[in-house]
Amino acid sequence: MSRIDDYRQVAPPGAVDIILKLADRVRGRRFLNVTGGRVGGGAAEILRAAVPILSELGVDTSWEITGGDPSYYATARALQAALEGAERVLSEEGLARWVEMNRVNAKKLALDADLVLVHDVQPASLVTHRTDGRWVWRCHFDCSAARPAAWSFFRQLADQYDAAVLSLPGFEGRLGIPMYVLQPSIDPLSEKNRALSTRELTDILTSLRVARDKPLLVQVGPFTPRYDPMGVVNAYRLVKRHHDVRLVLAGTADEESERVAIRDDLLQAAREDPDIVVLELPAEAHRQINALQRAATIVLQKSVRAGFELGPAEAMWKGKPVIGGYAGGLAQQIIPNVTGYTGYTVEGAAFRIRHLLNNPELIPRMGAAGREHVRRSFLITRHLTDFLALMIHLAR
Amino acid sequence: MRTTTRPFVFLGCVELRQTLDVHALDERELMHRLEEVPADSVFFHTFGYFLRHRPFTTAYGNDFARWAALEIGDRALAERLAVVDPFAFATVEALREHLVTILQDHLRARSGDLRLEFDRAFHFQRSHLVEVELGLAATTLAEFRVGLASADESAIYLHTVEARARSGRRAGDFAQWLREALELTALAERFERIDPYLTTLERVRGRLLSLVDRALEEERA
Repeated sequence: MSRIDDYRQVAPPGAVDIILKLADRVRGRRFLNVTGGRVGGGAAEILRAAVPILSELGVDTSWEITGGDPSYYATARALQAALEGAERVLSEEGLARWVEMNRVNAKKLALDADLVLVHDVQPASLVTHRTDGRWVWRCHFDCSAARPAAWSFFRQLADQYDAAVLSLPGFEGRLGIPMYVLQPSIDPLSEKNRALSTRELTDILTSLRVARDKPLLVQVGPFTPRYDPMGVVNAYRLVKRHHDVRLVLAGTADEESERVAIRDDLLQAAREDPDIVVLELPAEAHRQINALQRAATIVLQKSVRAGFELGPAEAMWKGKPVIGGYAGGLAQQIIPNVTGYTGYTVEGAAFRIRHLLNNPELIPRMGAAGREHVRRSFLITRHLTDFLALMIHLAR
Repeated sequence: MRTTTRPFVFLGCVELRQTLDVHALDERELMHRLEEVPADSVFFHTFGYFLRHRPFTTAYGNDFARWAALEIGDRALAERLAVVDPFAFATVEALREHLVTILQDHLRARSGDLRLEFDRAFHFQRSHLVEVELGLAATTLAEFRVGLASADESAIYLHTVEARARSGRRAGDFAQWLREALELTALAERFERIDPYLTTLERVRGRLLSLVDRALEEERA
């Protein structure tokens, strides 16, 4: 487990000292996080790193999860999808059942704390059983285009919180409570982001059968239309006319029919071109993802619709220029012409890749700028600072 | 060496951002919303830019100019907004008035506005600063130099930008202390003349340190 002092070697100068000073001001206060599960999703990844560190700093930090029967999970998933803008059927009975299951959860959980941070939708109705302390709804997704009926239902719950926390300005729906902005972060000492030795890197790439005999273009992300992997293949093909490069697409299909169809198309493309490598890797394959990002010459994140994907931050931390779509948090992470490029089209992505390959001196320069940008803005140390500042601010 | 009984206490700060759920999808809307939002929001998007864009100086001195250039693609407006030096205004309200006047004047010459999609809108925000004692204090110029050199970068922002622009301490905390506590009027005036516009906080720190070094040498001579 990482200790806060370990972060001195990677965080900006003074950042750890600021954290220690802030933590002193909230020492002994109770900080409870409630999520729908302990794996998957941005919340879990952040809390896995943040909870032990905050506890070590003297903040009484805990992490609870809610659970229920299959209909509970199904309704929570459908409600969140509707709040993200998808069309879903939500029955009154299903919603009532979800609220009722959270009433049962509230009885089981110790919800007394100075700050209760409830993440996303599944546990959100716990707020109707709030006792003392400040309650904050942490929304990790973009709910600016929520389905009206779903939002009308959910807003009655959300307005019972003292505040909401969003990942980006513009992700908000209409609420009558203050809405703060805390951008997500990466843990530089986690398996996904820690430094790898040359030996480790070689071993992992060998096991994945990824050769490094030519420049590598890498995209990590699920095989879904949202990540546009076929667009990446087409951009690679445009580049391939001029440069001998290899494309690695790493992601999952999760046996969902739409994703499986995309994966099959990708595998077909790989059969036709040995320089296209398609790897089915689960999101938990942290060491492999780490190695692929480190081996990359250029990292792609050609999402066409995104929440706050942290792929660019992970890649920039590894000193790689990133060419991303113009969507959600990507535009926040990538500083155009400094740490990479954002674009809208397949041709635009190919143009930027060619530009970098034709001007290779830009690659390390952008990589270094990207690493510094992430060090300042997207490391867990900044996130810890935000958590502590929120605790102090809300206690005023 | 002059000593004071009123030590300078270095404070850092952490910015907690708040979104106001106020958005502009085109330049005209930007002008109208800019007239209405709290002064704290105007501060956030102008002076606050220096805290948030620490490692990189860019061609845009505030969020409005950056949005006009990158999202609207109106380079003329971006240039007009970028050259507005927020430190040249006595109050945030005067700065707001000037920005609105620029937008109004610019829009007179335009027939139609480009309307953006929501995810590229200008999202108005404000911030709350949480101050942090850094455990650094000075009673002499030499101690002040040590503190200035080692304080977190946010201290430079808090004691220069924030103090001057939002807290009404027009000279800035450093200059005020040098003048009132150490009676170093000439050095205080040199501190006041430092231009924090369109540069990084680290460069501001570097310039302040070189002024202190010069004063220490003069004192020794």
